[in-house]
Formats: sequence, structure tokens, C-alpha cells
Amino acid sequence: MSASKIAWINDSYAKMTRYNFFRRVNWGRFSVVSVPYLWLAIFFFIPFVVVFKISLSEAAIAVPPYTPILDWNLEEAYVTLKISLSNYLFLLEDDFYLSAYLSSIKVAAISTFFTLLVAFPIAYLMARTEGSTRALLLALVILPFWTSFLLRVYAWMGLLKKNGLINETLMSLGLIDQPLIMMQTDFAVYIGIVYTYLPFMVLPLYSALEKMDMTLLEAAEDLGARPYQSFFLITLPLAMPGVIAGCLLVFIPAVGEFVIPALLGGSDTLMIGRVLWDEFFLNRDWPMASGVAVVMLIILVLPIMLIRNSQGKEGAA
Amino acid sequence: MKRRSLFLNISAGLGFLFLYAPIIALVIYSFNASKLVTVWGGWSLKWYAELFRNDQIIDAALLSFKIAFITATLAVVLGTMAGFVLSRFGPFRGKMILSGWISAPLVMPEVITGLSLLLLFVAMEAAFGWPAGRGTGTIIIAHTTFCMAYVAVIVQARLSSMDESLEEAAMDLGAKPSSLFFLVTLPLISPAIISGWLLSFTLSLDDLVIASFVSGPGNSTLPMVIFSKVRLGVTPEVNALATLMILVVALGVIGAMYQMRRQARLLAQPDN
Repeated sequence: MSASKIAWINDSYAKMTRYNFFRRVNWGRFSVVSVPYLWLAIFFFIPFVVVFKISLSEAAIAVPPYTPILDWNLEEAYVTLKISLSNYLFLLEDDFYLSAYLSSIKVAAISTFFTLLVAFPIAYLMARTEGSTRALLLALVILPFWTSFLLRVYAWMGLLKKNGLINETLMSLGLIDQPLIMMQTDFAVYIGIVYTYLPFMVLPLYSALEKMDMTLLEAAEDLGARPYQSFFLITLPLAMPGVIAGCLLVFIPAVGEFVIPALLGGSDTLMIGRVLWDEFFLNRDWPMASGVAVVMLIILVLPIMLIRNSQGKEGAA
Repeated sequence: MKRRSLFLNISAGLGFLFLYAPIIALVIYSFNASKLVTVWGGWSLKWYAELFRNDQIIDAALLSFKIAFITATLAVVLGTMAGFVLSRFGPFRGKMILSGWISAPLVMPEVITGLSLLLLFVAMEAAFGWPAGRGTGTIIIAHTTFCMAYVAVIVQARLSSMDESLEEAAMDLGAKPSSLFFLVTLPLISPAIISGWLLSFTLSLDDLVIASFVSGPGNSTLPMVIFSKVRLGVTPEVNALATLMILVVALGVIGAMYQMRRQARLLAQPDN
């Protein structure tokens, strides 16, 4: 190898920081970046712009079923811009939509809390075991995540219904005289959300608890702290990043959940994902469905930003 | 300490019971001979026979497998590119936007993703005449978009936990960026790519909401058929179908874990 070539390699190597081996190939670099970029721009970002645009039009009996916002005719030389806020006004005026948003947030918040309660002991046990036991527990948590979401929700229908397994068992044990009404209630929806989103809560909690220094607990015990004191003063604060990430990962999709309220909830279980579905598939009112989606996005922007930040911090650490 | 660990074991045990009891009950009831789903009528395989005679379910399953296969393959290519760009390219203009676009589909409610993609397809058809109508193609595009996000996250995690010395060594020895990627980086991240492919496959196979929005008439995927059946109540045929799907997934995951543990042991040996 010629001296100049070695010098060139050394020089270019020195210029490179730890993370950018691929910096000097500009063309290759550009094309590798632009393919996923373009895909996401077209099929992820632009759709939101389209939704926003259509939410400003009105439903019409046409194909597609909404009025155009921008209309032009070159021969007669006119351009009309017609923006309608009627969908948003209707959203504000009609109590139905407001209560649907509020009840979605309520259902999502309550389910998120119970998911945390169920997930914490599992994550804590995983963090305190070692070796193959830990790997087994981790596999047991992840395995249901790989099986069909729809079928996991469906599994609860067989357990919760009036003559389902839970009622039959309780009645044969003589604990209750008549079947409990569990299906088509908010309770069934909470169960469904806790059940299907549990892995999303366990995994961030586990990764936070795994980093915890267990000698802190011993120190607290030596200094006379009771178990519940050391839990609230040491374990919980240290697990906080995992708690926040897990809660957001459950809360955000739960607000817009459709399948769980549709299968387990009753006709009075009002959730906004279901309202959007019905506006679109039953009423065929595409602009109204778009308006519902835009407002849902506005509600969720803050939690989505929060989760981006918590991920960024974890990446930097 | 003792008492608390008992409390911990019991509460975690109840958590695992909660995770598995519904699945176990579903599997047991799929072998029930009785038509009444809750009355036990003895062991029987008749619902499995019934399942394989149901052309609607078989056709939908074949369509779903086809969509899932193409989706997973596309998502792995795009997601690997995105994950690689985000973790190995250093800072570049628009990196924040790309990482935002990659992580947002993971939490975005499905009804929003489904509606927005449908409206995009309709607007594109009106403007350029493509895609002409909706069906398999539009479902594949929609699924690829959210699956590539999962692949990107898995690949990114693998790359950031990976030792870079092998890549540095290849660079020092004069490997071109393309051969560096295909000969060094790609083999090293292959476990992440395989699990990304499998995850995309199952996510695509499972999706009901997005597919319902972007599919055309006559293109019912398996979840759409299952949903229309179970909306009316529990049916023994669906129990049988669920059992088969759970069996396949469980075998796949156990096999993959066994393979990964063997690989990890092989890799760990030289150090000891």
C-alpha cells in the first residue's frame, strides 16, 4: 500500500467520529436515507395533511363522498376556496362527541392504572431473579404479545359472558346465586385493555427496575425503614422512568381503541375510536370522521411528545 | 424481607395466571364436543374438521398469509434502512423528523392510521389514477408502514447495543461502505432482522382495524372474517382456529428462543 493511501486512510479515519463510518459516501448515504424517508413522508405524514384537509369539507353524495375545498375552472377563469368549519362546530356543540372523548380518556386512564398495578409485581420479580428463571419469565411475558390481539380479546368473551366460565365456576362453588353481569360493561373493557396491553407496561418497568441497585434496599432496611417505606421512597422513584414510559405506551393507543370496546363493551360504552368507526362505516360521513380524528390527534399530541422525550433521554443515557 | 418476597411471588403469580388463564381456557374449549360453548360435552376434534371445511375462513387465511409475507419482507428492508440510518449515520439534516416519524406509528391509534391512509389512497386515485381501487396492494402498503417502525426500533436497539470494533476493523482494512454493510453489519444484526420479520408477519396477520379501512370489496382478511363472526358471540370454530394459531406462534417463539440461546452460548464460549 502506498504511503499516500495510508495517509489518506488515517486522515479520513481521524475525521470520523465514533458514529459515522458512513459519512464520506455522500451519494450512497443520500439514497439510503431517502428511501425510508420518502416512504414515511408519503404514507405516514401526508395522510395526516389529507385528513386535516378533508375535515374542512362537507359530506356530499358523490364519489368520493365530500365536497372539494379547492375548485377551479380555467375556461371561465375562476378559483373557489371553500373551507367549512361545520364539522368542528358540530363536534363542540354536540354533547355526544364531548362525552365520547371524556369517557375514552377516563377508560384509558383507569385501565392504565390497573395495568400498572398488575405489571409491577411481574416486572419486579423479573428484575430480582437471575439467569434462566429470568429468561423464562421474560419469555412468558412476551409470548402472549406474539399471539393474535383479536383472539386474546375474544378469549375473554368466553370467560366473562353470562353463562361463561367465571360465572359457572363461581355458581358451582356456591359463591354467587345468580350470574354476574360482566360482558358488555365498562368492567369488561378495563379487563380487555389491561390484558392486551400488559407486556407494553411490563417491559419498560423491567428495564428500569433491572438497573436498580438492590443494596439501596438493604441500606434502607439497616436504617430501620419498613418495606412499604423503602418501596415508596426508593423503588418507586427509581422505577419512575419505566412507569412513565409504560403508562404512555398503554394510555395513548387505549384512548383510540376500537376492537376491545366493540367486542367486550356494551352499547353505552362510549369510546371515540368506536365513534370514528361508526361515522365512517355506518354514517359514511368522511369529513366528520376526519374531524373526530383531528381532535383525537390534538388530544394525544402531548403524550406522544412526552414519550418521544423519554425515549430520547433513555437513548442518551 | 421474607414476607415481602412471598407477597411479591403471590402477586406476580396472579399476574401470570391472569395472562395465561384465558388462553388455556380457549384452547381447552376448542376440543369441546358440545355446540353450546359453555357446556362440556367431552373431547372432540369436530370443530377442527368444521374449520377446514369452511371455505370463507380458508380463503381469508390464505389472503392474510400472502399479505403478511410480502409486508414482512418489505418492512424488513425499509425498517433496517431506517434503523441503520438512525443509529450509524451520525447527525444529518432531518434526523429528528425521521426518528419522530419512525416512533409515532408505534403508539398511533389504529383508527387514525387506517382512516388517514384510506383518505390518502382515495385522494391519490383521484389525482393520478393510482392505486386503482383498493385491495391487497393498499393493505400491504398500510401494513408495511407500521411494521417498518417496529423493525427500525428492533434494528436500532441491536445496533446501539453492539460492539462497533468489528465495523471499525473492516473500515481500517479498507472495506467499502457497501461491503462493510453487507459483509459485516448485516450478519451481525441478522437476529434483529429475523425477529423484525417475524414480528411484522404476526402484526400484519393480526391487524383488523387498518385493513378494514384500506381494503376493497371482496378482500376480507382473516381478522375481518373472525371479527364478523365473533361480534355475534363465541363460536367453537373460532376457538379451534385460535388454538391452531396459538400453537404455531408458541412453537415459533420457543424455537427462536432455543436458537438464540444456542447462538449466545456459542458466542460466549471463547471468552470463558
